[in-house]
Amino acid sequence: MSSNPVLTFTPEGIYCPAGDFYIDPWRRVDRAMITHGHSDHARWGMGRYLATHEALPVMRHRLGDIEAEGIAYGERRVIGGAIVSFHPAGHVPGSAQIRVEVGGEVWVASGDYKIIDDGLSTPFEPVRCHHFITESTFGLPVFHWEPQQTVAAYLNDWWRGCADAGKTAMLGAYSLGKAQRLISMLDPEIGPVLCHAAVENTNAVMRAQGITLPETILANKDVTAKTHPRAMVIAPPSALGSAWSKRFGPLESGFASGWMAMRGVRRRRAGDRGFIISDHADWDGLLWAIKQTEAENIYVTHGYTDIFTRYLNEQGWNAQVVPTQFEGESLDASDDSGEAA
Amino acid sequence: MKAFAALFTAIDQSTKTTIKVNALAEYFKAADDIDKLWTIALFSGRRPKRAVSTTRLREWGAEVAGIPLWLFEDCYPIVGDLAETIALVLPPNQTTDNRPLSQWINDLRAVYKADETAKKVFVLDAWARLGGTERFIFNKLITGGMRVGVSQKLMTRALARATDRDEAELAHRLMGNWHPDDTTWHALIEAQDASADASRPYPFHLAYALEGGPEALEHPADWRAEWKWDGIRGQLILRGGEYFVWSRGEELMTDRFPELARAVDYLPDGTVLDGELLVWHPGTAHPARFNTLQPRIGRKTVPKKLLKEAPVVLHAYDLLEWQGEDVRHLPFRERRAQLETACAAMPEEAPVKLSPQLKFSTPADLHAYRDGARDAQAEGLMLKRADSPYLAGRKKGDWWKWKLAPLTIDAVMIYAQSGSGRRANLFTDFTFAVRDGEALVPFTKAYSGLTDKEFREITAWVRKNTLQRFGPVRQVTPHHVFEIAFEGIQASPRHKSGVALRFPRMLRWRQDKPLAEANTLDDLNEMLRLYG
Ligand SMILES: [Zn+2]
Ligand SMILES: [Zn+2]
Repeated sequence: MSSNPVLTFTPEGIYCPAGDFYIDPWRRVDRAMITHGHSDHARWGMGRYLATHEALPVMRHRLGDIEAEGIAYGERRVIGGAIVSFHPAGHVPGSAQIRVEVGGEVWVASGDYKIIDDGLSTPFEPVRCHHFITESTFGLPVFHWEPQQTVAAYLNDWWRGCADAGKTAMLGAYSLGKAQRLISMLDPEIGPVLCHAAVENTNAVMRAQGITLPETILANKDVTAKTHPRAMVIAPPSALGSAWSKRFGPLESGFASGWMAMRGVRRRRAGDRGFIISDHADWDGLLWAIKQTEAENIYVTHGYTDIFTRYLNEQGWNAQVVPTQFEGESLDASDDSGEAA
Repeated sequence: MKAFAALFTAIDQSTKTTIKVNALAEYFKAADDIDKLWTIALFSGRRPKRAVSTTRLREWGAEVAGIPLWLFEDCYPIVGDLAETIALVLPPNQTTDNRPLSQWINDLRAVYKADETAKKVFVLDAWARLGGTERFIFNKLITGGMRVGVSQKLMTRALARATDRDEAELAHRLMGNWHPDDTTWHALIEAQDASADASRPYPFHLAYALEGGPEALEHPADWRAEWKWDGIRGQLILRGGEYFVWSRGEELMTDRFPELARAVDYLPDGTVLDGELLVWHPGTAHPARFNTLQPRIGRKTVPKKLLKEAPVVLHAYDLLEWQGEDVRHLPFRERRAQLETACAAMPEEAPVKLSPQLKFSTPADLHAYRDGARDAQAEGLMLKRADSPYLAGRKKGDWWKWKLAPLTIDAVMIYAQSGSGRRANLFTDFTFAVRDGEALVPFTKAYSGLTDKEFREITAWVRKNTLQRFGPVRQVTPHHVFEIAFEGIQASPRHKSGVALRFPRMLRWRQDKPLAEANTLDDLNEMLRLYG
């Protein structure tokens, strides 16, 4: 590494000395560039925030009154001695990779990303760089995602089966990103889509910023299996099996996450059904993205960092693990403010 | 394979007993006899002869997946299952295949004697034809261990429903040494004479733990008490001039306990006993500790020296068959009386002894026995209703086990490692230490006892408090104190602390306790002195 790296890894987060700013810091700093609104990336208490126009509404919704500025994808901005721009990461609506250039050397911090076009988020665009900071949440060759329409078919078959058997289908999904993606995959012909308040609030924020979502109904206390037969309920995982869910009974529950690829995790967490769908890249997606950047130096954060890094080094990259407090797709985040799935 | 894969998926993805039993019963009604037979066999842990070594399977799996072998090997412990790891790393199947389960097993058997090249061709072809669950099942046919979330009990219930037969009778038919290679559906399930196999054991009657104390049992006079020995529960079968020893896990252990051969000299043919295998030196008042049994379990045959050092006797609790008659339906009181008569004239050197009944009249008497259980080398008491029949499986009401409270110690977590399979994304395996002045001395690992919620909480904490990484192991800030429960303690020069624990587990996360209140090495040594 050169004596003056463009980005460094500090206890506060990823730091750019030339621009004196941090990317997704987890301690309070003056100036923060935020890749996306998930709570392990967009934290409270920073002096100033910069994020994409599309990411800001959700951040304001979650963090309250913050001093924040929006930026368009691809717009270049000079901050101190650095040129900064945000590029689509395809993870959730508004998510970005942050490109930082200093003296001709280019670094990209990708935050969380996925390659598959989910129909809601601006699709991932590879950015050429010298140094690429990648996640590795699913950085093992056991993770291979099926196309979204295939998973949508599994999902709708399950829902239809439940509806025909007189049961409600209830799907656990994190309220930012995954929930809206699932809603957009559902076949509205089957029945009504009911959303837990945490999900419906985020739906409202997204609709207000111009994102088109199918019709959903807020599952307030008057909404039950009786008033809305054949329903699909989308709720945060913590609501599954809670007292709140009782009024939709009899029901079958499902869970949607990349972790569902593993039978053991599926059996522990899925309830009745597990659907393998993630807003993170799978093994092939990670490798494809890394190749596209043409970067030689790869920094690996959250997930199976040790194994993934060893593989990259063997394949000729100069890769290293960097410490992180990001959680990746945490199946077990204790509440819905945790990183989304 | 499709029908079987659908059954497997239905059972695997549900936690509801009724759904599992329904899926099984429907399958048993529709499938061919040979597929049914293999299904029962696979779900009860039987499998085809291994045609391909797992070493080859790993190599071929990595090769087809286009990944280095080390990467495959690193994935395996995370997934937690070899068959599944291979199924996951392989590229999607190119085509589909309609062969039923039994046909695949036949085809697998056909390459058993083939050379490596032919085996590889067969396996790679199967991988290209089978996707998802079917591929996983194919791999399981080779690696074995297709136990799903369905107990023998549920399978038997579904079978009873599908065939209109008595559940307990089916349970007995499914016990023992049968294999699809040398029986048929008809012979196993339908034929009149189900006792053709002399070694066939009876299903064990298992007890639930007694919550609270014996005060909950009405009419003490209706109950019998005995020691719950800390050995291996076993069934001794004397039929046709031979003897057979079965473990509770339905493992035939006859060759491991040659001293029991002499039982035929003291008991008549057509006798089956339920009892506990214990190391008990002649002339001593108590059995030896459980760990003295361990070398006897570990090997298939026993050297003479070990027979001397660790002589095993069966302490009989119950009589299941007498003079060739199944007597399980008789009340315990009568079975026991017959057992006592049979054992009355038993000489000192016989390898079978009567496990004593403990006389009592009040719950207080039972408390007194339990308080002395550790000294008697027992792990608690068994309480059995005097008029209870010998039932199949775990049943509530007639039999209770009332175990000793475990030993406990408060320890500090110092290392954490993530789990596998079910808990692949959580930190679940911890190393614990006791204090020794300013130092911390590791003394045990434990990986069970917390709720999923607690595991999630500690996982988040570990991520943020990692001091150092050693491969998959993380050294964490010494901070959290856990109450560790264990069943026994013994000196062990192999361990840094000098002790080894039996069945250590986390009893409680003591978030109320600061580090300074964790137990010390001196405390641990005192426990070794008292209980070791
Ligand atoms: Zn995220
Ligand atoms: Zn993240």
